[in-house]
Amino acid sequence: MELCDLTIHELREKLENKEVTAADVLDSFLRRIEAVEEKVKAYVTITADEARERISSDLQGSLAGIPLALKDNISTEGIRTTCSSKMLENYIPPYNATVVEKLNEEGAVILGKTNLDEFAMGGTTGFSAFHETRNPWNLEHVPGGSSGGSAAAVAAGEAAAALGTDTGGSIRQPAAFCGLVGLKPTYGTVSRYGLLAYANSLDQIGPITRDVEDAALLLNVITGHDPKDSTSVQMEQADYTAFLKEDLAGMRIALPKEYYELDYNPEVKESVLAAVKKMEAEGAVVEEVSIPSIEHSVAVYYILATGEASSNLACYDGVRFGYRSKTAGNVAEMFRNTRSEAFGEEVKRRILFGTYILSAEAYEDYYVKAQKVRTLLIKEIEDVFKNYDLIVTPTTPETAFKAGAITDPLESYKMDAFTVPVNLAGIPAITIPCGFSSANLPIGIQIMGPRFGEGKLIQAAYSLEKILQLGNKRPELEVR
Amino acid sequence: MSRKYETIIGLEVHVQLATESKIFCNCSTDFGAEPNKHTCPVCLGLPGTLPVLNKKVVDYAIMAGLALNCNINSYSKFDRKNYFYPDLPKAYQISQSDYPICENGYIEIDTEEGTKKIGITRIHMEEDAGKLVHEGSIDQATASLVDYNRTGIPLIEIVSAPDIRTPSEARAYLTQLKQILQYIGVSDCNMEEGSLRCDANVSIRPVGQKEFGTKTELKNMNSFRAVERALEYEVERQRKILEEGGEIIQETRTWDESLNKTISMRTKEEAADYRYFPDPNLPPLNVDRDWVERIKSSLPELPREKRERFVREYALPEYDAGVLTDSRELADYFEACVKEYSDAKAVSNWIMGDFLRLLKEENLEIAEVKMTPAHLSGMLKLMDEGVISSKIAKTVFEEMFKTGKAPEQIVEEKGLKQISDAGQLEEIVLKVIEANPSVVEDIKSGKDKAIGFLVGQVMKETRGKANPGMVNQIIREKIESL
Repeated sequence: MELCDLTIHELREKLENKEVTAADVLDSFLRRIEAVEEKVKAYVTITADEARERISSDLQGSLAGIPLALKDNISTEGIRTTCSSKMLENYIPPYNATVVEKLNEEGAVILGKTNLDEFAMGGTTGFSAFHETRNPWNLEHVPGGSSGGSAAAVAAGEAAAALGTDTGGSIRQPAAFCGLVGLKPTYGTVSRYGLLAYANSLDQIGPITRDVEDAALLLNVITGHDPKDSTSVQMEQADYTAFLKEDLAGMRIALPKEYYELDYNPEVKESVLAAVKKMEAEGAVVEEVSIPSIEHSVAVYYILATGEASSNLACYDGVRFGYRSKTAGNVAEMFRNTRSEAFGEEVKRRILFGTYILSAEAYEDYYVKAQKVRTLLIKEIEDVFKNYDLIVTPTTPETAFKAGAITDPLESYKMDAFTVPVNLAGIPAITIPCGFSSANLPIGIQIMGPRFGEGKLIQAAYSLEKILQLGNKRPELEVR
Repeated sequence: MSRKYETIIGLEVHVQLATESKIFCNCSTDFGAEPNKHTCPVCLGLPGTLPVLNKKVVDYAIMAGLALNCNINSYSKFDRKNYFYPDLPKAYQISQSDYPICENGYIEIDTEEGTKKIGITRIHMEEDAGKLVHEGSIDQATASLVDYNRTGIPLIEIVSAPDIRTPSEARAYLTQLKQILQYIGVSDCNMEEGSLRCDANVSIRPVGQKEFGTKTELKNMNSFRAVERALEYEVERQRKILEEGGEIIQETRTWDESLNKTISMRTKEEAADYRYFPDPNLPPLNVDRDWVERIKSSLPELPREKRERFVREYALPEYDAGVLTDSRELADYFEACVKEYSDAKAVSNWIMGDFLRLLKEENLEIAEVKMTPAHLSGMLKLMDEGVISSKIAKTVFEEMFKTGKAPEQIVEEKGLKQISDAGQLEEIVLKVIEANPSVVEDIKSGKDKAIGFLVGQVMKETRGKANPGMVNQIIREKIESL
C-alpha cells in the first residue's frame, strides 16, 4: 500500500512518528491523482498549488498534513465553488463555510473540490454539468451520488477522506457504492453555514472515510454549535473517538419489517442479514419492528425537498454572480434565459416540481400534507428508539449500477427508499461496507440512531467493522 | 362623497426599525452611505449563507405591538415570500405570513365626531429589499444598477382593520401612528428617506349594504397629504363608475403626484403567487411572558396619556397639551422647565410661541437647541423679580436660544437690567416733562391718555429698560406738583 491508500489515523501516526513528512504524504496523493483522475474524474477543481503552499507552513492540529477533498457545494474562499453547474462555473466565493474554517484550524490540507450531481440533485454524479464521475471498483459503474466525487476520490486514493453532503442519502449511498464509511450526522450538529443549499431542513454535511475511526476523527472536528446557523444546536463538544470500542453486548437492534419485506437485490439483503447475524452472535438483541409511515418517505421527501429547492435556487438569477444570459433584452428575459440556459435537466425538473408544490393551488394537498406525514414518521421512529438503540437496514436496494442504466427519474428516486427517512427524521445514520456482490461491487449496511446518538452509532459500526474485517480491501484500478 | 355610498379604507404601513444593524446580519443600517457599502455575504444572499435573527428587531416589534394595544403572540414564525426582482438578492423576502408577532390592536384617533378606535389587524416583521438606481433618467439609462445597502434593514408591517371611513381619518390614523412610533423610538418614520411607507386598500358600498365592495390597492404615495389626496381621488373615481352602472375591477393602482390621479398597475389576474412557506433556516420564534413584561416596563408614556396628564397635572388647556406633547422631546423640554418654574401656563406660552417659532426659523431639532430648560425658567424668574420687563424678556429669550448663554449673563453683558431706581427715573422724567410742555398742558387739562406718550418717551430714553409701573407713577406725581 502507498501512503495515499492509508486511513487518516494511520497517516497521522506516521506523521507524528516522523516516519514521513507532510510533503511525502501530499506527493503520494498528487501522484495518485495524476495516475487515475483521468479515468475516475472525481474532481471539479484540484488545488495542488494551494495544497503545496499550505504544507510549507508548520501545520498543527488533529488533521495536520492530512489531504482531504471537499464536495463542490461547500463554499471555499478564493476557490471556485460550482455545485457542478454551468450556473456557477466561474463563481469564486468571498467566504469559507464554517466546516472549512474548522478543517483549516485543525491543519487539514484541501486537495480540491469534488464532483456532484448538479446542486446535489441525483444519485449517480451523472448529472454534473462538467463530466461524469465513475466508480473506482468498476469504471463502467456509477459511484453513486450526489457526493459521488467525494466517494470516488476516497475510494481511489485521491484523498484520505472527504466531506460530502446528505439531503436524502447523498453521503451514504455513494459511500456504500464505493465500499466506504459515510456518516450523516444529526440535523443541527454540523453547521450548514456555507453549504450551498439544496433543501435546508434536510441538508447536513458529513464525512466519507475509509473506516469508522476516521469518521469519528472528522466528526470531532466538524461538529459544534455555530452562531451563524440558527438551526445549529447548542451542545457540548463531544469526543466521538471515545466510542471506538468493540462492544455489542446488550445492544438492542430493530429491523423495520417494511424494508425486509420489499423486493430488491437479494445479494444486498442477504449480505446485510448475515452481518446482523454476526452482531447478534456478539450479544446484540435483534428484533423486527414496524414503522408504517416509512413507505411514504420517498414521496414526502421529494415534495419537501423540491419545495425548498425551488426557493433556494431562485437566487441564481444572473444578477449578482454566476452565469448570466447574453441573449436577454430586459430583466424578465434575463431571469428566464439565464435559468433556462444554465440549469441542467434534473435541476429544472425539481425546480418545476417544487414550484408547483408551493403554489397556492397545491400547497395544502402536497406541502402541508407531506409535513404532517413527516411529523408522523418522526413520532414512529422516536417510538422505536424508546425500545431500541439502533435501527439496521441496507443502505441501498442495489449495488452500484452501470452508468446510464437507470434513466427513468421515478426509478432513480426509489433508490433513495432506505436513506431518506433518516433526513426526514433528522437522526444520524452511518453506512459501512458489509460485503461484496458476485460482481465484486461493495454492499453497504446502514445503522441509524436516535437524535444525537452518534456515539452508539460509532460503537456499533466500529464493532461490526472489526467483526467483518473488510477494511483493507481497496479497488484494483487497472492503471496501477 | 355623496350620502349614498360609504367608504371603507384599510392601510398597510411599512416602517423601518431604527436598529443599528440589519435584521439577519451585522451590517449597518445607516442611511445615505455610498452604494453597496453596508453589505456582506448574508445580505447579498450569497449561496450558502444563513440568516440569524437580530433580537433587537423582536424587541422593537414587541414595543410597537404593545404601544398599539396588540396581543403579543408567544409563537410566531418566519416565512419566505418568493418572487424574482433584481433588488431582492435571495429571490425571496423573509417575512411572517400566517403567524405574525402581534395581532388585534387598535389606535385611537380624534375625529369631528369625537374619539374613534381604528383596529390594527396585525404587525409582522420582515426584511427590506434593495434599490434600483439609474444613471440619468430611467428611460435613457442603458442599464439598471442595484444598491443593496437597504437590503435586510428590518421592517414591521402594520396592517389596519378596514375601520377607516374617510380620507381624512386615514390621515389622522397615519399621523397618530407616526407619533406613537416616534415616541417609543422604534423608528424615525421619515417618509422622505423611505422609513415609513403606506399602501391603502379602498372600496365603497351603498349605505346600508353589509358586504364590502370590490377594493383597489393604492401605492406610491410619498406623504400623508398624498395618501389623503389619492384616497379622495379614488373614492370619487369608484363612485362615478358605480353611478354609471359600471363595475370596479380589483387591481393595484399607483398614485401619480404630478397628474393628481391613480393609474392602473396590475389586475388581480396578474397578481403574483408568492408561494409562502416556512423558512427552514429560522426556527419558530417563542416570546415568553417575561420578555413581553420586560419590554412593557421599558415603554415610555404614550402621546395620548401624556396629553391627558398635562391637562390634569398642569391645568393646561387641551390645545396647549396637544401642542406640547406633539413630540416626546418637546414634552420633555416643557416638563424640565416646569420642574424649576411652577407657572406651567407661562412656560407653555413661551414654548408654543417664541420657542417653536425660532425652532422653525432656524430649522433645528429640539436636541440641537442650545438653550436649556433651566435658562428658560431662569428668565421667567428674572421677570417675576422685576429684573427684566416682559419686553426685554423677548430679547433675552432670542439671545439665549441663539447663543445658549444664561439669562443672567445676557442681562449683565447687554445691560438690559430694568431701571427701578426712583432717583434715576425721576431725573429722566423731569427731562421728558421739560421737553414736552404742550403734552403736560394737555394732561393738566384732563386728557389723561396723553400720559402714555410721556411714558413712551421715558422708555425710549432708557431703551426699554425703565420699570413702566414706576415711570407712570412718577410722571403723575411730577405733573401734579408742577
